[in-house]
Amino acid sequence: MSKILLHGTEAICEGALRNGCRAFFGYPITPQNEVPEYMSVKMPQLGGVFVQAESEVAAINMVYGAAGAGVRAMTSSSSPGVSLKQEGISYVACARIPCVIVNVMRAGPGLGGIQPAQGDYFQATKGGGHGDYHLIVLAPSSVQEACDFTYKAFDLSDKYRVPAMILADGMIGQLMEPVELPPMRSLSDIPKKEWATDGRFGEKRRILNSLLIEPDVLEPHVNELAATYEEIKRNEARCERYKTEDAEIVLTAYGTVARICKSAADKLREQGVKAGCIRPVTVFPFPEEAYAAVAAQPSVKAFLDVELSLGQMVEDVRLAVAGKKPVRFYGRTGGNVPSEEEIVQQALRVLAEEKRI
Amino acid sequence: MKVFEKTKMLTDVHMHYCPGCTHGIVHRIVAESIEELGLEQKCIGIAPVGCAVFAYNYFNCDMQEAAHGRAPAVATGIKRCLPDRTVFVYQGDGDLASIGMAETVHAAARGEKFTVIFINNSIYGMTGGQMAPTTLVGQKATTCQSGRDPAVNGYPIRMCELLATLDAPYYIERVSTQDVKHVLAAKKAIKKALKFQSEGRGYTFIEVLVSCPTNWHMKPVDALHFMAEECTKTFPLGVYRDKSAEEGKEHA
Repeated sequence: MSKILLHGTEAICEGALRNGCRAFFGYPITPQNEVPEYMSVKMPQLGGVFVQAESEVAAINMVYGAAGAGVRAMTSSSSPGVSLKQEGISYVACARIPCVIVNVMRAGPGLGGIQPAQGDYFQATKGGGHGDYHLIVLAPSSVQEACDFTYKAFDLSDKYRVPAMILADGMIGQLMEPVELPPMRSLSDIPKKEWATDGRFGEKRRILNSLLIEPDVLEPHVNELAATYEEIKRNEARCERYKTEDAEIVLTAYGTVARICKSAADKLREQGVKAGCIRPVTVFPFPEEAYAAVAAQPSVKAFLDVELSLGQMVEDVRLAVAGKKPVRFYGRTGGNVPSEEEIVQQALRVLAEEKRI
Repeated sequence: MKVFEKTKMLTDVHMHYCPGCTHGIVHRIVAESIEELGLEQKCIGIAPVGCAVFAYNYFNCDMQEAAHGRAPAVATGIKRCLPDRTVFVYQGDGDLASIGMAETVHAAARGEKFTVIFINNSIYGMTGGQMAPTTLVGQKATTCQSGRDPAVNGYPIRMCELLATLDAPYYIERVSTQDVKHVLAAKKAIKKALKFQSEGRGYTFIEVLVSCPTNWHMKPVDALHFMAEECTKTFPLGVYRDKSAEEGKEHA
């Protein structure tokens, strides 16, 4: 199949539309405005619903209603807007309403900046809103993956009745790359949702709710959610390993930063340093076993975690590596992105320090 | 001879409402209206946060429980995706006119084709009697214990009047539950709104004045009198928008 040149935001939209997303609710915020703009044109053509909501708060609650009525629904925003959605995300998580939330991350905290960042990792992977819950979080590093992961997010979310998030950074949002689009899926091919509140009466009626006021009702519900998260951890953790087989220094990053790390690994190898890269595709569930396996390799001297943050994913890397090897960190913030050469220098510094010890 | 039958649109469970509260009456007239219009097989309700938070236990149809104030956004999502269903939201004054003001005004401005049942008892009931956006001037609440002072707390918000400034709403009426006559009129208004919705006409909004003997610290009958004599002064009953009448004139 031929490839077409697409913007990251357009690829996200196509991934959603081609897997049966027929409701989109959004609010303008840079750098993801192309998502609602694209959806406002495409959704009506497919007979779907597009509403520009009055706020991010309203948008996620429109998703609650639409997805609760059994329709595949999505909302998109960027960091400050995703913070506003957190109450609603906690509600969809508790009420077990499958849906997809896109975060094209920009620099924070506060209003921050509009350049790429990865400062929302904790928020995305550890819950984000109030209460005990998780989302399934996929982190694309190319425009092709932006399309494919959004497509897949709808299936995963429906399968587990757990909301899914596309955690993209601003670079993915603004990049243009050739993409092979998946075929348009027929709506009749998507499994029917028996739990959906689509208008039934009497004994068969359905209730979607996140109020379980009796402690002995809420606790089993939370335990059921926890069991689902464990199942997701067992089944869905994915990562990419790049030249790690004989690596002495393992670079690790997610999203677009992983691409720079892979280039840096190649540069290091040109200089005779055996460098590799490991990149989580799912940041929740975190691919712990893959990291543990790489950490156990005798060749590996150290890990270098690179992020557009003060160091968030590095905590999961350290938990997975479990002290077997040192895990060092290099981060840029404020919307700055490290260059390949910067990462090469950091890797050489880490290796030199490890060898001194 | 059968003289009365409970509507099938209500479940057979005890309601949690306080003695003398007229929420239960409003539940019944909403439920009866849906059944009488034959809409019960394709109905979806949205419960608020507040005294009516458990409404999903009482209305015998598919129900979604919304976050505080967000019912109009939730209803927008449902109704846009399933335009042939009857969608109603049931919200109190704190939910609708305070935390959910943006969702309320924007759903109305967009002309979302669902029905809003707005319960105005001029107090936060569920949380124990705090000042509401609808608390009357001088009325006592736990967060304005000497009575609402406009210099400190501002004035109550009149939702029907506010929404009637918008172009899109199709039908807006304020009714009361102060006595049988008014309850019957309230039912007529609710039924009218639901019928307009079933005909795909537009946004319909019924504000219902309800008593709160518990938090007003009154006997139930006194609370009904207070509603009739005091609440209706700030919140005059009547039709604030009726596009069907306007359409009728155009046709005439």
